[in-house]
Amino acid sequence: MDKNRFFFQHYGLNERDLERYLAAALSAGGDYADLYFEYLSSTSLMVDESMVKSASQGISAGCGVRVIAGERTGYAYTDDLSRERILHAAHTAALIASGPAKTPTVGFQEKPARSLYPVTLPSVDAEITAKVELVMRADSAARAYDRRIKEVRASYADELRHILVVASDGTFAEDSQPLARMNVSCIAKTDASSARGSSGGGGRVALDFFFGEKTPEYFANESARQAILQLDAREAPAGEMEVVLGPGWPGVLLHEAIGHGLEADFNRKQTSAFTGLIGKRVASEKCTVVDNGTMPWRRGSLNVDDEGQPTQNTMLIEKGILKGYLSDKLSARLMGVSDTGNGRRESYEHIPMPRMTNTYMLAGEEDPQDIIHSVKRGVYAVNFGGGQVDITNGKFVFSASEAYLIEDGQITAPIKGATLIGNGPDVLTRVSMVGNDLKLDEGVGTCGKDGQAVPVGVGIPTIKIDRLTVGGTAKKDVSSFMQ
Amino acid sequence: MSTTQLETGNPKLATDLKDLAQDIVRRAMSGGATAAECVIREGDEFSTLVRLGQVETLKESGSKAVGVRVFYGKRAASTYSSDFSRAGIDRMLSSALELAKITSEDPYAGIPDPSQFGALPGDLDLYFPDVYSLPGTERINYARRTEKAALDYDPRIKNSEGGSFDAATGHKILANSHGFVGECRRSYCSIAAVPIAQTESGAMQRDYWFSVARSLSRLESPEKVGTIAAQRTLRRLGARKVKTAHVPVVFDPMVANSILDHIFEGVNGDSVYRGASFLAGKLGQKIAGDSVNVIDDGTMPGGFGTSPFDGEGVPTRRTVVIENGVLKSYLLNSYSARKLGLQTTANASRGLAGTPGIGPGNYFLQPGTKTPQAIIAGIPEGLYVTEFLGHGVNLVTGDYSRGASGLWISGGELAYPVEEITVAGNLKEIFFNIFEIGNDLEFRGAVACPTIRIDGLTVGGE
Repeated sequence: MDKNRFFFQHYGLNERDLERYLAAALSAGGDYADLYFEYLSSTSLMVDESMVKSASQGISAGCGVRVIAGERTGYAYTDDLSRERILHAAHTAALIASGPAKTPTVGFQEKPARSLYPVTLPSVDAEITAKVELVMRADSAARAYDRRIKEVRASYADELRHILVVASDGTFAEDSQPLARMNVSCIAKTDASSARGSSGGGGRVALDFFFGEKTPEYFANESARQAILQLDAREAPAGEMEVVLGPGWPGVLLHEAIGHGLEADFNRKQTSAFTGLIGKRVASEKCTVVDNGTMPWRRGSLNVDDEGQPTQNTMLIEKGILKGYLSDKLSARLMGVSDTGNGRRESYEHIPMPRMTNTYMLAGEEDPQDIIHSVKRGVYAVNFGGGQVDITNGKFVFSASEAYLIEDGQITAPIKGATLIGNGPDVLTRVSMVGNDLKLDEGVGTCGKDGQAVPVGVGIPTIKIDRLTVGGTAKKDVSSFMQ
Repeated sequence: MSTTQLETGNPKLATDLKDLAQDIVRRAMSGGATAAECVIREGDEFSTLVRLGQVETLKESGSKAVGVRVFYGKRAASTYSSDFSRAGIDRMLSSALELAKITSEDPYAGIPDPSQFGALPGDLDLYFPDVYSLPGTERINYARRTEKAALDYDPRIKNSEGGSFDAATGHKILANSHGFVGECRRSYCSIAAVPIAQTESGAMQRDYWFSVARSLSRLESPEKVGTIAAQRTLRRLGARKVKTAHVPVVFDPMVANSILDHIFEGVNGDSVYRGASFLAGKLGQKIAGDSVNVIDDGTMPGGFGTSPFDGEGVPTRRTVVIENGVLKSYLLNSYSARKLGLQTTANASRGLAGTPGIGPGNYFLQPGTKTPQAIIAGIPEGLYVTEFLGHGVNLVTGDYSRGASGLWISGGELAYPVEEITVAGNLKEIFFNIFEIGNDLEFRGAVACPTIRIDGLTVGGE
């Protein structure tokens, strides 16, 4: 145990304290208890009308105490890391159990962990003037892209989260998790119409990422391009049709249609449309889908999850067959499956639950051009706003922010905000072509579940779905569109 | 780390936190700020979830945090912290003062004029300590009874995501260098049930219902809430798809709220001055049908959107947003008001960090005279929407396309459940096409809308 020991250094914690808190948490019995210490510092900047109008920084710190007794969870937290307050929280969480006190395992075990985002100078500590430069450069680039770009908002946000997780089973895990992102949104206007565009990206990266790999100009140009394109967009068709998804962010389809339904808590409670489908076909054999928390620098990656378990690369669907669920400690224990390291939480105020990390479909063999050429009449969707799913009936929805008509195998006109809607357990059975161009998203995804937001990644190669409902506004009906 | 002596339960708490907020403002000013504003928030929460009769989670905690916004002339920055130690507050202040140096001169930046500050008198019926009065076992019982009423209602309700009881209290303090200091306490409690129904073939549907109140005594009975949750879930069983059609669409009050939200986003001063709203520049113009009257009122006693003062210390008020279809007012904080050459409508919302945003008070569409049943009875073929999924609304252009489920209307009656459909149109037309407004306005949150019928939408299906 020779790592940085952030909480030992800054809050005078020691192992004896931690054992005492865990003993208090198990003072009324229970099967398991854990402590989650968090110290989060963050910065954000926003430029609007070419002025840095908003700059803020903040610090929050706290400790959450959880006690599990059977299927019951007791939880309490404190934002005051004094001994008395943590003990008080531990005794409050202990009320979930009612029995003789249990003794936690003596001696913590720290598992060797990965180092997926080894940042020497976390961006949260970097010079603020460099961050100001980023947002101002984004503003200039977007305005220079086209004189029809009238409004630009560029923002930059970063954070550094130190966590320490200790548990009555001997778990001891620390991590320092950087996270940074830039966003640029534009409004384009002509006398006749107006349109918006937005772009952004980042990851668990240092500030230099935005001066090298992905510059403010890159995001600004992409945002402006979308806004200008949308000025001339036509109304989207409505009805069932062939849909081609472009590579990258459209992987949000997997997140909504498949990923949430495979989170173990829903399956333990048998409330998911995927309940009982392990070993069954849920996708065409061209589809292999994983959730991979171990990708370096990625927004959805973690060295350890928020229960101290190392993350992993989990096979969800292999050649169309459902292979497994995403689990946390509680689901793993109650369902008798292995813990996949997907126990995540928004902050110390929240109870962990199974969540995705980076969810994507592996590349296939098809040339993306051939996929588009194969479509007689349909929609090619390359960017999405966001999506939502009802995990019980499996219905999902997501909204395209950049999409085109495909006519006779050629991409023709851009179309306005089309919504795609479908059914999770069968949408992937209709995937007839999978491209060789797997791409991960730029690093902007945030997933919400039960009111908790966590950063995630998604990815997909170009794929063709033979039939999906598109919700557009075009007054002529589908049959005339399809002719 | 040492902390101040400001713990929950101390009767001198209010005075102490008010003093602390004013002290932070004074220290910001002596550090060189030309204006400063401090916000302190503290809260307690309790929640319990019972699933299939067994307690699943119990959560109980409290927290507090402080934020400061400082100005150097026309430059502003903000910082926040959960560390109330002397060192923590000093660090928060010094980083705010440093940060303000790197922001841009914005001629419109600043806090409201001194003449605008103030707070509505009295407690406005916002705080009832009874939300915490139930003993632990009774709280669990509330959750259990709510779920049980749903489970017992029909044998097809076979599973559940649980019944819940939640309670919370919040306390906010705002102080600024123009001498304003105000505080507000609010309480809240709720019960909810999320039953799951299953057909013989195994297809599942889930829905929910809830009751929320500022006082325990105003909460609806667990049995009533559980029963409605069961009915809402059962009516979704056996849902099918429909063919693409252009038919009247009736929005139940829970989803009609979202139409009101879109109007809010459209009249939000921040979007208006940027030209990011399809309603920008439409003040005094007809933007909706004659029967459409939209009000924002932050002063209603006991309301979920009520507050004695807004996020900048301006007393809340009643604002007519749309009158007989004519746009009468945007909703503004002091910044967007200055940008537009107007007066603030006291809709500033203030988190711990950043510049104040714009949020609703009690914001609602005035009810009409027809019952929801009468509205449905007038439709030969149509869609009754009970749930939206996804976020397909573009406020710049007004383009609107959302995933939906609900019930098909045939011969003036709710005939069968439908799902996996989309509802699309353009907000500019949608507001004019609000064809009928129900008499069933009921506040279950700060935003409330009766049943409405909208024509001219595209219902997308097979």
